[in-house]
Amino acid sequence: MTAIAITPEADLRFYDLDEHDHPDGHSTMLGFWIYLMSDCLIFAILFACYAVLGGNYAAGPGPKDLFELPLVAVNTAMLLFSSITYGFAMLAMQRDQLNQTRLWLLITAVFGGAFLAIELYEFQHLIHIGATPQRSAFLSAFFTLVGTHGLHVTFGTIWLFTLVVQISRKGLIEANKRRLQCLSLFWHFLDVIWIGVFTIVYLMGMLR
Amino acid sequence: MTAQPTPISPIFGRFTLDALPLHEPIIVGTFAAVAIGGLAVLALITRFKLWGWLWNEWFTSVDHKKIGIMYMVLGLVMFLRGFADAIMMRLQQVWAFNGSEGYLNAHHYDQVFTAHGVIMIFFVAMPFVTGLMNYVVPLQIGARDVSFPFLNNFSFWMTTAGAVLVMMSLFVGEFAQTGWLAYPPLSGIAYSPATGVDYYIWALQIAGVGTTLSGINLIATILKMRAPGMTLMKMPVFTWTSLCTNVLIVASFPVLTAVLTLLSLDRYVGTNFFTNDFGGSPMMYVNLIWIWGHPEVYILILPLFGVFSEVTATFSGKKLFGYTSMVYATVVITILSYVVWLHHFFTMGSGASVNSFFGITTMVISIPTGAKLFNWLFTMYRGRIRFELPMMWTVAFMLTFVVGGMTGVLLAVPPADFVLHNSLFLIAHFHNVIIGGVLFGLFAAINFWWPKAFGFRLDPFWGKISFWCWVVGFWLAFMPLYVLGLMGVTRRMRVFDDPSLQIWFAIAALGAVIIAAGIGAMLVQFGVSIWKRDQLRDTTGDPWGGRTLEWSTSSPPPEYNFAFTPVVHSLDAWYDMKTRGHERPLSGYRPIHMPRGTGTGVILSALSLVMGVGLIWYVWWLAGLAFAGILVVAIGHTFNYKRDFHIPAATVETVETGRTRALAAGA
Repeated sequence: MTAIAITPEADLRFYDLDEHDHPDGHSTMLGFWIYLMSDCLIFAILFACYAVLGGNYAAGPGPKDLFELPLVAVNTAMLLFSSITYGFAMLAMQRDQLNQTRLWLLITAVFGGAFLAIELYEFQHLIHIGATPQRSAFLSAFFTLVGTHGLHVTFGTIWLFTLVVQISRKGLIEANKRRLQCLSLFWHFLDVIWIGVFTIVYLMGMLR
Repeated sequence: MTAQPTPISPIFGRFTLDALPLHEPIIVGTFAAVAIGGLAVLALITRFKLWGWLWNEWFTSVDHKKIGIMYMVLGLVMFLRGFADAIMMRLQQVWAFNGSEGYLNAHHYDQVFTAHGVIMIFFVAMPFVTGLMNYVVPLQIGARDVSFPFLNNFSFWMTTAGAVLVMMSLFVGEFAQTGWLAYPPLSGIAYSPATGVDYYIWALQIAGVGTTLSGINLIATILKMRAPGMTLMKMPVFTWTSLCTNVLIVASFPVLTAVLTLLSLDRYVGTNFFTNDFGGSPMMYVNLIWIWGHPEVYILILPLFGVFSEVTATFSGKKLFGYTSMVYATVVITILSYVVWLHHFFTMGSGASVNSFFGITTMVISIPTGAKLFNWLFTMYRGRIRFELPMMWTVAFMLTFVVGGMTGVLLAVPPADFVLHNSLFLIAHFHNVIIGGVLFGLFAAINFWWPKAFGFRLDPFWGKISFWCWVVGFWLAFMPLYVLGLMGVTRRMRVFDDPSLQIWFAIAALGAVIIAAGIGAMLVQFGVSIWKRDQLRDTTGDPWGGRTLEWSTSSPPPEYNFAFTPVVHSLDAWYDMKTRGHERPLSGYRPIHMPRGTGTGVILSALSLVMGVGLIWYVWWLAGLAFAGILVVAIGHTFNYKRDFHIPAATVETVETGRTRALAAGA
């Protein structure tokens, strides 16, 4: 502890004497973004599996036999609309309009629910005609990739309803705004992933 | 054990009393010892009424220092288990010659080598490294906690839940018999129908959630919570290597999560990702798991490179030679670690071009690593070196790790690898780098930072006994494996035909026994140091003449770490403060904003554990209930908006006045 005595420069400060609290949630957005990137990697692996195994039909049905593009187009539209309406919710949030925010969130949930319903219908139809996840590596990869995305949308919807309750109780306080922003990132992220799914699984599948 | 399919009961799933390995005397004996020991510990805790203290001060704490220490304790406990597996293997292999079958049957032996690998990597090395980063990084960057304190507590308990599952498999059912990476098709449902692989999957999945979250947490902490003035290129090297390690964690553990999910779909749902038929591809699994697996070894070693850098600079009394090159070398290793995974299976038959690419990238990694080694050597050059325990471990590391590194470069040559693949040469290589690098580094770190964590140094006498036993034992235990590997002996063998090999296994077993003595001496060292803590007491907070900010506060640091956040002007901030005559402020304390402890992490991880058990034993109602419980508790937690409190200025003043008095008494 015996320090070598050097004349301290006059204005040199070694301690922050006039300190203020860190604002709450100062790293939440960064942290959530990093989490999204890690989630993105999970999808990357599922896409890689689909790319490698997607042609292994095992003498079973292929994309052309199974996919109905018009249905998938409607489904895609549902998800894209839900992103737009989430955007409107965020605009309303920034204007501190609680009721509008809640309304747009609920509309988003309706679109999200429609997306999930159509996807479940598609899955049920495929399984009904014998194109089950067990049938071939292609179908395993297809159901897992699309299903994982669907599972994310499901959790996003549960989260959305939780936030609707929370903003109804506490109003648009800072903590809730931060949460809405996180869900916003999550929701748009799922949209981006879906565009990948739509292109690589459905559109390119029809070209195979 | 349960080769024939057992009927699945709606209440107990596939659990029957046959699942208890009552016919294996070794396991029954172990169970008795563990049960008696466990009951004794529980009784003592109850007797001394420590439950409330443990729950309030430790289990539910969000203090990064306490969580760091809990990680280290978890690592130590699991290390003893992992080492028990190791010594069982050494005994079996030296025994099973000349027609003898040894003392372990194949079913048991295969579980032992699988458990050894899984435990040592996931539940020893990972908790040790994570615990170290948790403890040291916030102190080094002048922060009061991590970015997400609750997530930190939750991460720790998820890791613990994974460890509990592995331990449970010892006594209920069985563990995987597949090797530590559980390659399909062997790990598929057709060839591993019992619970072993399911224990493996769910232990790793639950622990993996914790690891990924703690990676995110520490990246955000390092990027967002550095003290004013600490630019990226003024960060201590350990913090830099921790940053790179956590980037690696976040960028590789999701791959493990995904690939294990696909394996469990194959096993539970009957999909065909990695099966032999219906278009599945087992090699896809091997590729994917190594895309996680190779970065994983750098996750383990990089923080220890940081430790060696801090130790070398401190004990040479000089600033680190080539700080900038050290940082760049670390970043280059981080990136390169993603483009070498295929060297784990050159024999897959990818062809000459692919193998050449991965062989060359592998060899290229040795360049930044070599640069680091020279930096350490040049730091020591003309330094006033003090051979305290951390420095001794560092020197032992340099000598040992270089050999492991060079055999690694040998293995990176694809034609040579075709001969050495899966031989004991490989086993010797990776133990050479993991023990010589990761473990020696951890021992250096424990001896280095123990005084910071507890306020007294570790006893050097027993430390040196442990050191010499470890170093000598390591060389005796693993050099014979290089020889055996060159002679063509493959890994994971249970019995041997050629009697001329036995002498090498005998030497290796002797080495393992000496290592056991080293471990014993280390436990004695901890005990003796706690016993003699008043003689070993350090009141300065800076027993080694440290250079970085963690040494500027008291030992152990107060709950809030720093009464006033330090302002950083140069690399080696604390050394700078000491040499330029800083004065510790003695008044003007303010209330300090801190996160509040919570039991939610414990509850969520307990529910995850229950869900894991339900899934392993096909007790679907239990898994479903536990999952619903997780959702409810997690959502319920978000309704709690009061997560912080202020430590009053008066409390800070009391603590800091105590420190002033201790400093004056020590001076």
